[in-house]
Amino acid sequence: MNTKVMSIDSLALPANNEHANASRPSQPVPFLAAIPEADGAKLNSGGISLSSGRRVGKLLNGVLNAVLPPALGLLLLIVVWAFVSQTTEYLPSPTTTWLSALEIFSDPFYDRGLNDKGIGWQLWASLQRVFEGFGLAALVGIPLGFLIGRFDALQRMVSPVISLLRPVSPLAWLPIGLAVFKAADPSAIFVIFITSIWPMVINTALGVASVPQDYLNVARVLKLSEWKVFTKILLPAALPYVVTGAKLALGIAWLVIVAAEMLTGGVGIGFWIWDEWNNLNMAHIIVAIFVVGTVGLVLEQSMAWVANRFDYRKN
Amino acid sequence: MKPYVAVDHVDVIFDTKSGPFQALANVNAGIAKGEFVSIIGHSGCGKSTVLNLIAGLLNATTGCVLLEDREIKGPGPERAVVFQNHSLLPWLTVFGNVYLAVERVFGAREMKPTLMKRTDKVIEMVGLGHARDKRPNEISGGMKQRVGIARALAMEPKVLLMDEPFGALDALTRAHLQDELMRITSELGSTVLMVTHDVDEAVLLSDRIIMMTNGPSATVGEILEVKLPRPRNRLVLAEDAHYVHLRGEVLRFLYEKHVHRVAA
Repeated sequence: MNTKVMSIDSLALPANNEHANASRPSQPVPFLAAIPEADGAKLNSGGISLSSGRRVGKLLNGVLNAVLPPALGLLLLIVVWAFVSQTTEYLPSPTTTWLSALEIFSDPFYDRGLNDKGIGWQLWASLQRVFEGFGLAALVGIPLGFLIGRFDALQRMVSPVISLLRPVSPLAWLPIGLAVFKAADPSAIFVIFITSIWPMVINTALGVASVPQDYLNVARVLKLSEWKVFTKILLPAALPYVVTGAKLALGIAWLVIVAAEMLTGGVGIGFWIWDEWNNLNMAHIIVAIFVVGTVGLVLEQSMAWVANRFDYRKN
Repeated sequence: MKPYVAVDHVDVIFDTKSGPFQALANVNAGIAKGEFVSIIGHSGCGKSTVLNLIAGLLNATTGCVLLEDREIKGPGPERAVVFQNHSLLPWLTVFGNVYLAVERVFGAREMKPTLMKRTDKVIEMVGLGHARDKRPNEISGGMKQRVGIARALAMEPKVLLMDEPFGALDALTRAHLQDELMRITSELGSTVLMVTHDVDEAVLLSDRIIMMTNGPSATVGEILEVKLPRPRNRLVLAEDAHYVHLRGEVLRFLYEKHVHRVAA
């Protein structure tokens, strides 16, 4: 699982680089690349002096720059997929999958008993588990991270435990969960909890430990109370780290839930994929993969937005 | 006369990985009430260490540091520090940074409107009324240092401790802030200890200059009285014979008697 996390991160990198490239000064319309970043309006006002014809041309150019490369990338994916699907019997073509997707999404919230629900319900069930496990992990992990970052002795006490438990594959925890909770649902939540807590603990602790000594000297000269030190200095200084930890944790949680649900069964996107495999309905599985990917992307983007929002360096 | 602040036979020894390091050896110094004293010396001579001792951020290994005849134990707002790199909290506005100090020192006795008035008054005093609601990353280095000074002055400290406050600024901004610091401290009658490596700054601002020998085991080399009338004007002083003489004295101490062993 951990290698999967790595590969997701490295996949995310080209997207960032694209932004960096787009805002390179040598590009014809660097400011347009900033439009998706929501400050395009402000930057655009600088272009008023341009003649309107040239402006439209520049705008068009910018839109093409922003849209064309990603569109080409996706197109390439579909072409490769279409090609591969011709060579094997069981892999459905993009068209078949598309028709299948239309059918699935025509009624995503149907409910015909426990083992036959629409994809909307499956997703909802998975998201609920992820947020419960992730929420619990945040509730425990972030305060723990603060304590570890603030008190050196505690850090030395906890760090071997973390180093030992962190590399454990998420699904190895499932039997423990099943043994303790004797039910599938809490076990899946437990797996999410135990795998997503580490990035939050570690990042929060790092954030607190790397608060500049200068700020703490200010607190010492002012003789601020421990509470004031926490609210006025530690919390705001560490917040960007905390949110980064939460972002990583949520990504991991979403990766893990699909696998966990395959084993625990019930309702959920992971179980649904497994069910469709048993039905040998490959088109549904591919649709599910796209759905899982899209939801993961949305989760990641929203956390990135939150991270930006809470970073004192950026507002 | 008994000094207001006294550093009495102080040694400071740091425990380092390569064994004990004696930073200060038998340092004696005093600051009278309302006096402006500078400490000057080459880098690494422990001048900031002396300041940190008085701030209470550091403890003397032997000897003691007194304020009004009471031993200094730990930091406190009656000894405000203007840090070298301003140390403003980047998530608070100019007002917020100063208010944090005002609230801590006067919050127990005064109501919020009074505290806010105090904060605004001191921000005005350093000429930053227009930048009241800006964050530190939105203002220039000189302005940041003004906020640092405002924050320290707002505490109405018994001693104002300044650790190379203008070291990171360009020459023009530095001169401007020096003039303002002179005006404000003489208005308030502040007791100031300033660490600097700028000879002109030391002579222009100080009543006395403590010149330190090079470390390790640094100590007070000489003390120079600066008997120039106030208010002082840098343009007039530039051609004043006594000023030029004093400046020469400091330079001689630094570059003849205690040449820095490491090439600059």
